[in-house]
Amino acid sequence: MPSEAESRAIEEFRKTPIGHHSGELQVILNELRGLPMDDKHCLVCTKANREWQLAKTTGVRGKPLKMLSKKFTSLEEAEWYVFKLRWKQLRGETLR
Amino acid sequence: MMKITGYADKISAAPGETIKFMVNSEAGKRYRADIVRVICGDENPDGPGYQEKVVKTAANGTYKSRKQVIHAGSFVEIGASDMLDGLESFTMQAFIWPTTPEIGTQAIISKWRDADKAGAALIITKENGSVALCLGNGKGKVQTVHTGKPLIAHEWYFVAATYDAKSKAITLVQEPLHGFETKSDRAVVRRKSTVGKVPNHTMPLTMGAYYKKTDKGRTVCGGHYNGKIDSPRIANRVLSATEMEALKTWPVNTELTNSVIGAWDFSADIKGLKVSDLSANLLHGEIVNLPARAMTGWNWTGEEMNWTNAPGQYGAIHFHDDDIYDAGWEVDFELTIPKGLKSGVYAARLRAGEHEDHIPFAVRAPRGKPTAKVLYLMPSASYQAYANEHMNTDAPVGQLLAGRLVQLDKFNLYLNEHREYGGSCYDSHSDGSGICYSSRMRPILNMRPKHRMWIGATESTLWQFNADTHITDWLEAMNIDYDVISDEDLHYEGLAAIEDYSVVVSSTHPEYHSVEMWDAMDAYQRRGGRLMYLGANGWYWRIQYHSEVPGVIEVRRNEDGIRTWEARTGEYYFSFSGEYGGLWRRNGRAPQKLLGVGFTAQGFDISSYYKRNPDSHKAKVKFIFDGIGRDEKIGDFGLIGNGAAGLELDRADRALGTPPDAYVVASSVEHTDIYLVVCEEMLVSTPGVGGHENELVRADITFHETQNGGAVWSTGSIAWAGSLAHNNYKNNVSRMTKNVLKRFINPKPF
Repeated sequence: MPSEAESRAIEEFRKTPIGHHSGELQVILNELRGLPMDDKHCLVCTKANREWQLAKTTGVRGKPLKMLSKKFTSLEEAEWYVFKLRWKQLRGETLR
Repeated sequence: MMKITGYADKISAAPGETIKFMVNSEAGKRYRADIVRVICGDENPDGPGYQEKVVKTAANGTYKSRKQVIHAGSFVEIGASDMLDGLESFTMQAFIWPTTPEIGTQAIISKWRDADKAGAALIITKENGSVALCLGNGKGKVQTVHTGKPLIAHEWYFVAATYDAKSKAITLVQEPLHGFETKSDRAVVRRKSTVGKVPNHTMPLTMGAYYKKTDKGRTVCGGHYNGKIDSPRIANRVLSATEMEALKTWPVNTELTNSVIGAWDFSADIKGLKVSDLSANLLHGEIVNLPARAMTGWNWTGEEMNWTNAPGQYGAIHFHDDDIYDAGWEVDFELTIPKGLKSGVYAARLRAGEHEDHIPFAVRAPRGKPTAKVLYLMPSASYQAYANEHMNTDAPVGQLLAGRLVQLDKFNLYLNEHREYGGSCYDSHSDGSGICYSSRMRPILNMRPKHRMWIGATESTLWQFNADTHITDWLEAMNIDYDVISDEDLHYEGLAAIEDYSVVVSSTHPEYHSVEMWDAMDAYQRRGGRLMYLGANGWYWRIQYHSEVPGVIEVRRNEDGIRTWEARTGEYYFSFSGEYGGLWRRNGRAPQKLLGVGFTAQGFDISSYYKRNPDSHKAKVKFIFDGIGRDEKIGDFGLIGNGAAGLELDRADRALGTPPDAYVVASSVEHTDIYLVVCEEMLVSTPGVGGHENELVRADITFHETQNGGAVWSTGSIAWAGSLAHNNYKNNVSRMTKNVLKRFINPKPF
């Protein structure tokens, strides 16, 4: 389970995934967003400002991105979705 | 995936002048081309929306599709020579500094005919990354003799191969110049050739790659080498170790001279394409695809940093398997700019079914006949510096800088998979060295209407070309006539290109300037010209254009500044000109001198707003705030990060050159901690450099007068333009910009 401080930061992120953040949350985001490029989540814009598809970079020059089936209609939704995936990857914990 | 791409041979043209377009189309049998005037390249439906207008020209029509490919990778090609073609016994030798010896076959000196595998080549072998001689008899037998001792990347070696056509004896030399005690990478290997007679042929001698074929007049090579080559030599017999040692330098004694076929000096002609042979045979050649010149050589001592003072220590060329200068495509159609076509930003729109590309260019006013008082300076040099950048797929820091998930589009996906289109001066070559040249003689897929760039903050996610269209869109919406020129025009024509205009309006991010461009803008201001600098991080890096071939710039990321790679020590001076590269600030010309403000901080998540400063109430500058309330937040809205102050920020600083009589009329506040102070402001690494804490994280809006009635108004923020169209152009950013433009058009002194 996330610690109490982590839980506060997670809740802060869920409400405001992009923008002004506390120091506690920024430290977490630096770790999650600073992952290396192999299998790193990113977005491919499929409809300008309206739809984005989840994808992964490969970390290998010239190798196509891995397009995933998940699509989003809001960037905030995408940020929270990927935050949970990365938390699971790095901490082994499932966030809801 | 895109199936149609193209480029033009010019970035701008005036009525009566002709632009050629080269197209690769794999989308059906035919494609349609139309010339369009680009009004707004931003597709965001929450803004003014994408707008372009088709212009009727003779070039509009359908054209036959054909595939055109790019052959990337640099090399030296030596012209035809009976002496080389008739070579039987030989010695090939050079100094090399390999950067990726492990990746496979890489040719150093090659006289090879790939069609039937005939000839000889001094290579790095794919077997184990050691030096090898490859011999082919043209009848199916190929022999590769190698030293078996892998080369260490980024270390100098002397390497040589000899072959005796009579005895079939082969000698290989791999001599490290370093002294790593326990590394066994020194070798002298002797073998016999088993391939029989090595036939002569007339294919060209190449260095840095081996010859494969000729495609529509272009030499196509394989086995591209990553790394430096210095002092390559060929002799027409087997040289002894003593003779090889003597031939490392030039001149040599008469007896040895008589055996030398070619002794090439890469330190000569550094500014150009030519490669000079010092021998009496004059087997000169040319570089292809612009490998990096003015590189430190095997004998560089570190005592001299400027290659023009010691060219003999700069005899290395750094080759890369992804260098590209000119795609060299065949012309598909031409456009002669019609007389009377209004100056502006245009594009050739290519369409085939669902596939689309645009090739932008500027249409200028007729030569010597401005059609407006306002001139928009299209930042083509900066577009080139960013041309085809790959940070979104290559750089782990991207999401940290952006403070969110990066967004890619069809252009990014294509560039990721087509590395032959070359990178930007923000990218690194495949061997990790920085890309210091960038050409527009290839499709530039991030200089495109509808493109969005990961670094461009929330909302429209704009950077450069499409952010800049919010300036031209605003000028159109305000019914303000304007002409357009490109950076390249300013570079080649100087003051004459701008002196007839009352006002020059900048783009959002005019970052790269040659000394010719800098001097022209300085002279313009001193003679009463007025500049509206609607951006940030401008006039930051020094560049230079090539003196012999068009459309390519050089950047050296020296010592200081925000750099995605770093020039190696000793390689700070342009090969194109011998000028010291790096920041203008490090050249004694900080941006504040010309603009009132200069780069101070950057962040790429969300933007913020400005507050008025006490200076804004002074009589001289009241015109700027006409109709704007005393306590209004300025620009707390917009399509670039939802604020007018964002992305990269500039501020005033008297110590860096802001004129002492400049007015700092407003400053931005409340930036996130993704915004950080630029590194050139930090002599000592300290905590507290983020937007929440550091007062250097701000954009200043400044005004100052220049001589003879001139003036400069600077907004200090890349995001400014994204706020212009808010609320149907009725907002305080638009109002303030219009207040200044109207006043600047009025010739009355301030």
